[in-house]
Amino acid sequence: MTITSVIGALIMGFGAIFLFLGAFGILRLPDVYNRLQAGTKCTTLGAFCTIVGVGIAQPDWIFKALIVAVFVLLTNPISAHALARASYKSAVPLYDGTVVDKCREFGECEEVGGAAGASESDAGGEE
Amino acid sequence: MRMSLTLYIVFFGVGEAAVLLCMIRALRGPTASDRLVAVDAMITITTALLVVLGLFLERRIYVDVALVYAVLAFVGVIAVARYLEKGL
Repeated sequence: MTITSVIGALIMGFGAIFLFLGAFGILRLPDVYNRLQAGTKCTTLGAFCTIVGVGIAQPDWIFKALIVAVFVLLTNPISAHALARASYKSAVPLYDGTVVDKCREFGECEEVGGAAGASESDAGGEE
Repeated sequence: MRMSLTLYIVFFGVGEAAVLLCMIRALRGPTASDRLVAVDAMITITTALLVVLGLFLERRIYVDVALVYAVLAFVGVIAVARYLEKGL
Protein backbone atom coordinates (compact mmCIF):
# COMPACT_ATOMS: atom_id res chain seq x y z
CA MET A 1 0.00 0.00 0.00
CA THR A 2 1.29 3.41 -0.89
CA ILE A 3 1.25 6.43 1.40
CA THR A 4 -1.85 7.98 -0.21
CA SER A 5 -3.91 4.86 0.31
CA VAL A 6 -2.85 4.72 3.98
CA ILE A 7 -3.88 8.35 4.54
CA GLY A 8 -7.13 7.78 2.67
CA ALA A 9 -7.91 4.70 4.74
CA LEU A 10 -7.32 6.66 7.96
CA ILE A 11 -9.70 9.43 6.88
CA MET A 12 -12.25 6.84 5.78
CA GLY A 13 -12.05 5.15 9.17
CA PHE A 14 -12.62 8.50 10.90
CA GLY A 15 -15.69 9.05 8.73
CA ALA A 16 -17.02 5.54 9.36
CA ILE A 17 -16.77 6.05 13.13
CA PHE A 18 -18.71 9.31 12.80
CA LEU A 19 -21.40 7.57 10.72
CA PHE A 20 -21.80 4.90 13.38
CA LEU A 21 -21.99 7.45 16.22
CA GLY A 22 -24.61 9.46 14.36
CA ALA A 23 -26.77 6.38 13.87
CA PHE A 24 -26.31 5.47 17.54
CA GLY A 25 -27.49 8.96 18.51
CA ILE A 26 -30.57 8.53 16.32
CA LEU A 27 -31.38 5.35 18.20
CA ARG A 28 -30.73 6.73 21.69
CA LEU A 29 -31.80 10.38 21.91
CA PRO A 30 -35.22 11.27 23.35
CA ASP A 31 -37.16 13.31 20.79
CA VAL A 32 -37.25 14.23 17.11
CA TYR A 33 -35.19 17.41 17.37
CA ASN A 34 -32.35 15.80 19.31
CA ARG A 35 -32.32 12.89 16.86
CA LEU A 36 -32.18 15.34 13.99
CA GLN A 37 -29.21 17.06 15.64
CA ALA A 38 -27.21 13.83 15.92
CA GLY A 39 -28.33 12.42 12.61
CA THR A 40 -27.52 15.50 10.58
CA LYS A 41 -24.21 16.68 11.99
CA CYS A 42 -22.55 13.32 12.51
CA THR A 43 -23.63 11.80 9.21
CA THR A 44 -22.68 14.94 7.27
CA LEU A 45 -19.15 14.95 8.65
CA GLY A 46 -18.89 11.17 8.37
CA ALA A 47 -20.01 11.05 4.75
CA PHE A 48 -17.74 13.99 3.86
CA CYS A 49 -14.69 12.34 5.44
CA THR A 50 -15.46 8.95 3.88
CA ILE A 51 -15.89 10.31 0.36
CA VAL A 52 -12.83 12.57 0.57
CA GLY A 53 -10.87 9.61 1.94
CA VAL A 54 -11.85 7.58 -1.12
CA GLY A 55 -10.69 10.47 -3.30
CA ILE A 56 -7.33 10.55 -1.52
CA ALA A 57 -6.85 6.79 -1.69
CA GLN A 58 -7.58 6.78 -5.42
CA PRO A 59 -6.20 10.10 -6.76
CA ASP A 60 -7.83 9.76 -10.18
CA TRP A 61 -11.24 10.07 -8.55
CA ILE A 62 -10.61 13.16 -6.44
CA PHE A 63 -12.61 15.50 -8.67
CA LYS A 64 -15.81 13.44 -8.77
CA ALA A 65 -15.47 12.54 -5.10
CA LEU A 66 -15.18 16.23 -4.20
CA ILE A 67 -18.32 16.99 -6.22
CA VAL A 68 -20.29 14.35 -4.30
CA ALA A 69 -18.81 15.42 -0.95
CA VAL A 70 -19.57 19.12 -1.46
CA PHE A 71 -23.08 18.26 -2.60
CA VAL A 72 -23.69 16.26 0.58
CA LEU A 73 -22.16 19.06 2.65
CA LEU A 74 -24.48 21.66 1.10
CA THR A 75 -27.79 19.81 0.89
CA ASN A 76 -27.82 17.88 4.18
CA PRO A 77 -28.40 20.93 6.43
CA ILE A 78 -31.15 22.14 4.10
CA SER A 79 -33.07 18.88 4.34
CA ALA A 80 -32.54 18.84 8.12
CA HIS A 81 -33.94 22.37 8.35
CA ALA A 82 -36.97 21.38 6.30
CA LEU A 83 -37.53 18.32 8.48
CA ALA A 84 -37.28 20.24 11.75
CA ARG A 85 -39.60 22.97 10.51
CA ALA A 86 -42.12 20.43 9.25
CA SER A 87 -42.11 18.47 12.50
CA TYR A 88 -42.53 21.65 14.58
CA LYS A 89 -45.39 22.87 12.42
CA SER A 90 -47.11 19.50 12.57
CA ALA A 91 -47.06 19.70 16.41
CA VAL A 92 -44.62 16.93 17.22
CA PRO A 93 -44.10 17.30 21.02
CA LEU A 94 -40.78 18.45 22.43
CA TYR A 95 -38.83 16.50 25.04
CA ASP A 96 -40.13 17.04 28.58
CA GLY A 97 -36.81 18.41 29.82
CA THR A 98 -37.05 21.31 27.38
CA VAL A 99 -36.81 24.61 29.24
CA VAL A 100 -37.24 27.20 26.49
CA ASP A 101 -39.32 27.39 23.33
CA LYS A 102 -38.67 30.79 21.77
CA CYS A 103 -40.74 30.11 18.70
CA ARG A 104 -43.88 29.64 20.77
CA GLU A 105 -43.05 32.52 23.12
CA PHE A 106 -42.86 35.03 20.32
CA GLY A 107 -46.09 33.81 18.85
CA GLU A 108 -44.59 33.02 15.47
CA CYS A 109 -45.85 29.47 15.39
CA GLU A 110 -49.50 29.79 16.32
CA GLU A 111 -50.61 26.50 14.86
CA VAL A 112 -48.64 24.40 17.36
CA GLY A 113 -50.89 23.11 20.12
CA GLY A 114 -49.36 22.26 23.51
CA ALA A 115 -45.83 21.62 22.36
CA ALA A 116 -43.60 22.11 25.42
CA GLY A 117 -44.32 20.54 28.78
CA ALA A 118 -48.06 20.47 28.31
CA SER A 119 -48.22 16.73 27.74
CA GLU A 120 -46.83 14.34 30.33
CA SER A 121 -48.07 11.33 28.43
CA ASP A 122 -45.01 10.75 26.22
CA ALA A 123 -42.17 11.04 28.71
CA GLY A 124 -38.86 10.38 27.05
CA GLY A 125 -40.31 8.71 24.03
CA GLU A 126 -38.73 5.36 24.91
CA GLU A 127 -40.48 2.18 25.89
CA MET B 1 -3.59 0.31 -5.45
CA ARG B 2 -6.30 -2.10 -4.37
CA MET B 3 -7.64 -1.66 -0.86
CA SER B 4 -7.00 -4.64 1.34
CA LEU B 5 -9.92 -6.91 2.02
CA THR B 6 -9.87 -6.60 5.80
CA LEU B 7 -10.09 -2.79 5.75
CA TYR B 8 -12.93 -2.98 3.28
CA ILE B 9 -14.85 -5.43 5.46
CA VAL B 10 -14.30 -3.27 8.56
CA PHE B 11 -15.47 -0.01 6.91
CA PHE B 12 -18.42 -1.59 5.20
CA GLY B 13 -19.43 -3.45 8.35
CA VAL B 14 -19.38 -0.27 10.42
CA GLY B 15 -21.49 1.51 7.81
CA GLU B 16 -23.96 -1.33 7.61
CA ALA B 17 -24.25 -1.39 11.41
CA ALA B 18 -25.09 2.33 11.26
CA VAL B 19 -27.79 1.64 8.65
CA LEU B 20 -29.15 -1.13 10.89
CA LEU B 21 -29.39 1.21 13.90
CA CYS B 22 -31.23 3.80 11.79
CA MET B 23 -33.55 1.07 10.53
CA ILE B 24 -34.48 0.09 14.10
CA ARG B 25 -35.43 3.72 14.76
CA ALA B 26 -37.36 3.87 11.49
CA LEU B 27 -39.30 0.74 12.43
CA ARG B 28 -40.30 1.82 15.95
CA GLY B 29 -40.30 5.62 15.77
CA PRO B 30 -43.37 7.02 17.57
CA THR B 31 -44.20 9.69 14.99
CA ALA B 32 -43.82 10.08 11.24
CA SER B 33 -41.07 12.66 11.73
CA ASP B 34 -38.94 10.14 13.62
CA ARG B 35 -39.13 7.70 10.73
CA LEU B 36 -38.32 10.44 8.25
CA VAL B 37 -35.26 11.55 10.25
CA ALA B 38 -34.00 7.97 10.39
CA VAL B 39 -34.51 7.52 6.64
CA ASP B 40 -32.70 10.81 5.97
CA ALA B 41 -29.66 9.59 7.93
CA MET B 42 -29.80 6.23 6.11
CA ILE B 43 -29.68 8.08 2.79
CA THR B 44 -26.49 9.92 3.73
CA ILE B 45 -24.81 6.76 5.05
CA THR B 46 -25.77 4.87 1.89
CA THR B 47 -24.26 7.61 -0.30
CA ALA B 48 -20.94 7.20 1.51
CA LEU B 49 -21.13 3.41 1.31
CA LEU B 50 -21.72 3.50 -2.46
CA VAL B 51 -18.46 5.41 -2.93
CA VAL B 52 -16.59 2.93 -0.71
CA LEU B 53 -18.09 0.07 -2.74
CA GLY B 54 -16.88 1.73 -5.93
CA LEU B 55 -13.38 1.96 -4.46
CA PHE B 56 -13.37 -1.72 -3.61
CA LEU B 57 -14.76 -2.92 -6.94
CA GLU B 58 -12.59 -0.38 -8.84
CA ARG B 59 -15.57 0.93 -10.78
CA ARG B 60 -15.48 4.69 -11.21
CA ILE B 61 -19.11 4.79 -12.33
CA TYR B 62 -20.27 4.12 -8.76
CA VAL B 63 -19.31 7.66 -7.78
CA ASP B 64 -21.75 8.97 -10.39
CA VAL B 65 -24.39 6.60 -9.04
CA ALA B 66 -23.80 8.04 -5.55
CA LEU B 67 -24.20 11.60 -6.88
CA VAL B 68 -27.50 10.81 -8.62
CA TYR B 69 -28.70 8.97 -5.50
CA ALA B 70 -27.90 11.99 -3.32
CA VAL B 71 -29.75 14.40 -5.64
CA LEU B 72 -32.88 12.25 -5.88
CA ALA B 73 -32.93 11.56 -2.14
CA PHE B 74 -32.62 15.29 -1.38
CA VAL B 75 -35.59 16.07 -3.60
CA GLY B 76 -37.58 13.25 -2.01
CA VAL B 77 -36.88 14.37 1.56
CA ILE B 78 -37.81 17.98 0.73
CA ALA B 79 -41.06 16.79 -0.87
CA VAL B 80 -42.07 14.69 2.15
CA ALA B 81 -41.17 17.54 4.52
CA ARG B 82 -43.35 19.94 2.54
CA TYR B 83 -46.15 17.40 2.68
CA LEU B 84 -45.87 17.11 6.47
CA GLU B 85 -45.77 20.88 6.87
CA LYS B 86 -48.78 22.08 4.96
CA GLY B 87 -50.25 19.14 3.13
CA LEU B 88 -48.41 19.73 -0.18
